[in-house]
Amino acid sequence: MNRRDFLLSLAASTCLSGCQPASPHLPAGSILGPSMERGHRLRGRDFPAPSETRKTDVVIVGGGIAGLSAAWKLNKSGFGDFQLFELEDSAGGNARSGQNAVSAYPWGAHYLPLPGVNARETRELLADLGVLQGDPHAAAPVYDERYLCFAPQERLYRNGLWQEGLLPQIGATRRDQEQYRRFFALLEQFRQHHGTDGLRAFAIPAARSSRDADLMALDSISIRNYLLQQRLDSPLLHWYVNYGCRDDYGSDYAKVSAWAGLHYFASRDGRAANAESDQVLTWPEGNDWLVRQMQKGFSERIASGALVQRMAETGSCVEVDVFLVHENRSVRWQADQVIFAAPMFVLPHAFEGLDANLKQACQQVRYAPWLVANLTLDDLPDPGHGAPLSWDNVLYDSPALGYVNATHQSLRSHGGPTVLTYYRALSSEPERYARQRLFDTPRNVWAENILQDLSRPHPDIRGKVRQLDIFRWGHAMSMPVPGWIWSAARERLMQGQGRLHLAHSDLSGFSIFEEANYWGVRAAGNVLHRLGFKPGR
Amino acid sequence: MSVALLLSVFVVASCGLAYELVAGALSSYLLGDSVTQFSTIIGTYLFAMGIGSYLSRFVVKGLVARFIQVELLVGLIGGFSAALLFVIFAWVAGPFKLVLYGLVLLTGILVGLEIPLVMRILKQHYGLKDLVSQVLTFDYLGALAVSLAFPLLLAPHLGLIRTSLLFGLMNALVAAWAIWLFRNQLAGLKALAVQCLLVSALLLSGLLGADKLTSMAEESLYADEIIYTETTPYQRIVLTRWKDDIRLFLNGNLQFSSRDEYRYHEALVHPALQAVQHPRRVLVLGGGDGLAVREILRYPEIEHITLVDLDPHMTALFMRLPMLRALNQDALRSPKLSIVNDDAFLWLDKNHDFYDFIVVDFPDPTNYMLGKLYTNTFYRLLEKRLSQHGLAVIQATSPLYARQSFWCIDQTVRSVGLKTAPYHALVPSFGEWGYIIASHQPYTPSEHYRPELRFVSPSLNSVLFQFPLDMAPVETEINRLNNQALVHYYESEWKHQAP
Repeated sequence: MNRRDFLLSLAASTCLSGCQPASPHLPAGSILGPSMERGHRLRGRDFPAPSETRKTDVVIVGGGIAGLSAAWKLNKSGFGDFQLFELEDSAGGNARSGQNAVSAYPWGAHYLPLPGVNARETRELLADLGVLQGDPHAAAPVYDERYLCFAPQERLYRNGLWQEGLLPQIGATRRDQEQYRRFFALLEQFRQHHGTDGLRAFAIPAARSSRDADLMALDSISIRNYLLQQRLDSPLLHWYVNYGCRDDYGSDYAKVSAWAGLHYFASRDGRAANAESDQVLTWPEGNDWLVRQMQKGFSERIASGALVQRMAETGSCVEVDVFLVHENRSVRWQADQVIFAAPMFVLPHAFEGLDANLKQACQQVRYAPWLVANLTLDDLPDPGHGAPLSWDNVLYDSPALGYVNATHQSLRSHGGPTVLTYYRALSSEPERYARQRLFDTPRNVWAENILQDLSRPHPDIRGKVRQLDIFRWGHAMSMPVPGWIWSAARERLMQGQGRLHLAHSDLSGFSIFEEANYWGVRAAGNVLHRLGFKPGR
Repeated sequence: MSVALLLSVFVVASCGLAYELVAGALSSYLLGDSVTQFSTIIGTYLFAMGIGSYLSRFVVKGLVARFIQVELLVGLIGGFSAALLFVIFAWVAGPFKLVLYGLVLLTGILVGLEIPLVMRILKQHYGLKDLVSQVLTFDYLGALAVSLAFPLLLAPHLGLIRTSLLFGLMNALVAAWAIWLFRNQLAGLKALAVQCLLVSALLLSGLLGADKLTSMAEESLYADEIIYTETTPYQRIVLTRWKDDIRLFLNGNLQFSSRDEYRYHEALVHPALQAVQHPRRVLVLGGGDGLAVREILRYPEIEHITLVDLDPHMTALFMRLPMLRALNQDALRSPKLSIVNDDAFLWLDKNHDFYDFIVVDFPDPTNYMLGKLYTNTFYRLLEKRLSQHGLAVIQATSPLYARQSFWCIDQTVRSVGLKTAPYHALVPSFGEWGYIIASHQPYTPSEHYRPELRFVSPSLNSVLFQFPLDMAPVETEINRLNNQALVHYYESEWKHQAP
C-alpha cells in the first residue's frame, strides 16, 4: 500500500505540473475551506486597536467540539457569564456541514460510535440532546433509532465486487483468515486488559487509559512494525489496519504509534439495548447535528467571525483582544479565565508570554491535511455487483477512504437525488508537501481525480454528478506519531498556564469527538472550580 | 504467409492464456483462496493442453479447415466462459465448480490443439529447427503480453466478462484471417466463412450487449402478452393480458391478477373495516391501483379517504385506462378521495391527523429501501395516526413461503405497543397470503359482512385467523432501521421457497 500510495501521489503530482484534466466536462462546483486569510492575519499582526473594553468571567476561544462542549458544560451548570469566539462564520470546527436542495451533508466529522461507559461526558451530552434515552450511564442504553445508522452500514469494493463490512473477505486466503483471527484475539485481550492501576488498557477518553509502562511502551513503535513483530504480515490485514489509521488519524499506519493504532481497534466498548455494538450514530449533516443541538442553549453567547488576535495575562485578568471580521474593529475583553479550544499550533501566535515549554509543545503537534468533496447526484449511483449501497462505501485500491451517502439516514423509501461525501486524507507523503499539494492543485484537477476514482465502482457516476464542491483542510487533525501520545510535551499541554486552560482533541494526540468533548467539559469544570462556582445552583 | 501465421500464433497464445487467467481470477473472486484456485486452474489447463496436443495426431485431413474450426470453437467457448460462469454462480446457483473445470478442460484441449496444427501447417515453410524456435518464440511472447495486460489493463477496465469476450473475438479474427490467407486452397470455403461470421456476430453482440443481457432476460419473464409498459422515475410498470386476465407487474413483481384480485382486496379491507365502529376517515398507504379504495367505498358512512402513493404515473394510469377504470370501478375518481403522491414514510412523519382505518399495502420488502416501510420506526408513526378505536391492516407477505418474514412483521408491530390479529387467505395467483390487523383495542371479527362480497363472509372468519402448523408463529427479531432483519429473512426465504 505504501509504495502504491507513493506511486499514485507521484503520478498525481506529475500531472499537476503538466497535463490538464482529461475530460473537459466537469461538474460545476467551488472550493471551500477554513478562512486562511483570517488565520494568517495572526502572523502579520495588523489589527486595529481595541475600540472598547468589556468584561466577562470566562472567554472560550474556538467553537469546535471542545469549545462548544466547554460552553455546554458551563451553561448546564447554571453558569452564564461566558463568551465564545469563533473565527469562522459558523461554529462546529471539523464537524461543520453544508446544505443544498437535495440534502444536508457533512464537510468533515460525520459519525459517533456508540460511546462506552468511560465516555461519561459524551454519554451525558447525548442524554441531554435526547439521542440517548434513560440512564446515560447504563451498560447498554437505548438510542433514538432515527440516529442509529440504518442498515446496511458499510461495504468494501475490491476486485470489482462489493462485500459487506470493511474487513476484506472475498478472496482472503486461509492464511489471511488465520491472521485475522489472531489479530482480533489480540484485540480482545487488550479490550479486556486492565493495568495495575485498575484502568483499561485503552480507554476513551484516552486520559482514562492505564499508565502501565508496558502499555505506554507501545507508543514508541509504529503500528505497522508492531504487526510485523507479532508475525502478522497478511497484506489484507495490513490494508485493514492502515485503512483504520488513515480514516481516524489521517495518517499512514507506518506513521501511527502502535499505542494509537491499538487504541483505535481495542478501545471501543460502547453497547446499546437496541443496536449491535459496532453501530454508529449519524445524521445527514454529520456531527453538525450535534453541534447545532448543543448550541441551542447558549447561541447568544457565541460570536462568529471573531478572531482572537492577542491574549495576555495581567495581574488580575487575561486581556483577550478580539478582531470582529465583519465590523473591522477590535474589542478588548477582560476575562477572569480563558479556555483556549482552538488547534494548539495557533496558541503561540496569539498568547503573549507563553511558557517556553508550553510553546514548544504547541509547536510539536503535527497535523494531517485532508480533502473532503461533496458530490451532488441526480440519482443514486448504480449499485454495482455484490453488497448494496450502504452508508459508508469504501474502495480498496484507492488513495481515498471512500464515500458516505448523505441521504442514507433519510426515511424515504425510494431512490432519487443524493449527496455523496468523499473523504481523502493526504497521508502518503510528509504533511508539508501534502499540504502544499492540497492547496496548489486546482479544483478541476481534484474533481477529475475524484471522478476517476469513483468511476471504477460506478461507471455511471460522471453522468449523474451535477455539482462537485471541495473543502480543503490544511490542518485537519493532530496525528499520533510514535512517541507523541506519552511524551512530556503532550502532558505539558494538559496543564495549561495560570488563567489559561487548554481544551482540544490535540491534547489527546488524535482527533475524535469524545476526546474533544472530554477536554472541553474538563476545562469547564476546572474553570468553575477556580471561580469557586458551585454547579447545580 | 508464414509471418501472418506466426502472428496468429502470438494472438492464439495470448487468447489461451487470457482464458486461463479469467478462469483463475473469477474463481478466486467467487470462491476465495486465490492460491488454490489459480494453482488448480493452471494445472487443469496445462493438463488439458496436453490432451489437446495428443489429440492433434488424429487430425489428418484438411489441417487448415480444422485449425479454423478449432479457433472458432475456442473463441466461442472461451469468449463466453466468464459470462456463463457468472450466470451460473449468481442466478442459477448451479454446480459452479463442475462447469468451471469443465470449461477449463474444454478450452485447454482446444488450445492444446492449436499449436501442433499451426506447426504442421507451417512445416512446408521452415525446417524443424527454425519452426520450433519461431513458433515457441511467438507463443511465449503472446503469453507475456497478456500476462502483463491482464492485471494492469484488462481486468480493471473491461472486467472479466468483456475481457473474455474480447479474446474470443480475437480468436474469431485469427480464423477469419486464416480463411482469407488460404482462400484458394480451402474446400468448403463458404461454410467456414458462415461459421466464422456467426461466431463473430455472437461474440460481438455479447460484447456490445453485455449490459442489455439482463433486461432481455427480464422481458422473457412475462408469460402473457405485454399490453402496456411505462418506466417512471420510481419503477417499471408492465401490464399483461391473456384472455380476460389482466396482470400488473411493478419492477417485474406481480401485483395482481384481475381474475382473483377480489380475493386479495376483500381479504385486505373487510375483516378490519367491517369491525371498526363508525369509520369516517380512512388512510391508504400504497395501493395506487385503487382496488383497495374500491372496497372501502362500499361503506357509505366513510366521509373521506386519503390515498398516499409514491408514483403519480401509477395513479394517473389507473384513472386513465378504461380497462383499469373498469377494474377499480372508477374508485380513483371518487369525490371522497384525495390522492397524495409522496413517499409514505416521509408523509406520515409530517402528518398530524387521525384515521379510523388505515390500509398499509406496500410492495414486499425486497430491498433495504422498501424494508424501511416495515420497521418499528414506521409502525410507531402509524400507531400515532391511528384513532383510539381504529384498526390498521398491513399486507405482510406469505406466511407459507416466507414464514419468518410474516411473523417478523407481526413481532415488529407488537413491539411498538399495538395489538395484532394476524390472518391469511388463499389468493391463487399469489398463493397463501398474509395480513396483520393492528389496533389499540383488542380486535374482534365482525359477525356480518356486506352481502355483495364474493370471498369474505362470516363463515370464513374461523379459517382466516387459524394458522396451520406449517404457518404457525416463529420467534424472530424486531425489524429496525439499523438491522433491517426483515429484508434478510425475506431474501433467504423467497430465494429457497419460491412457488
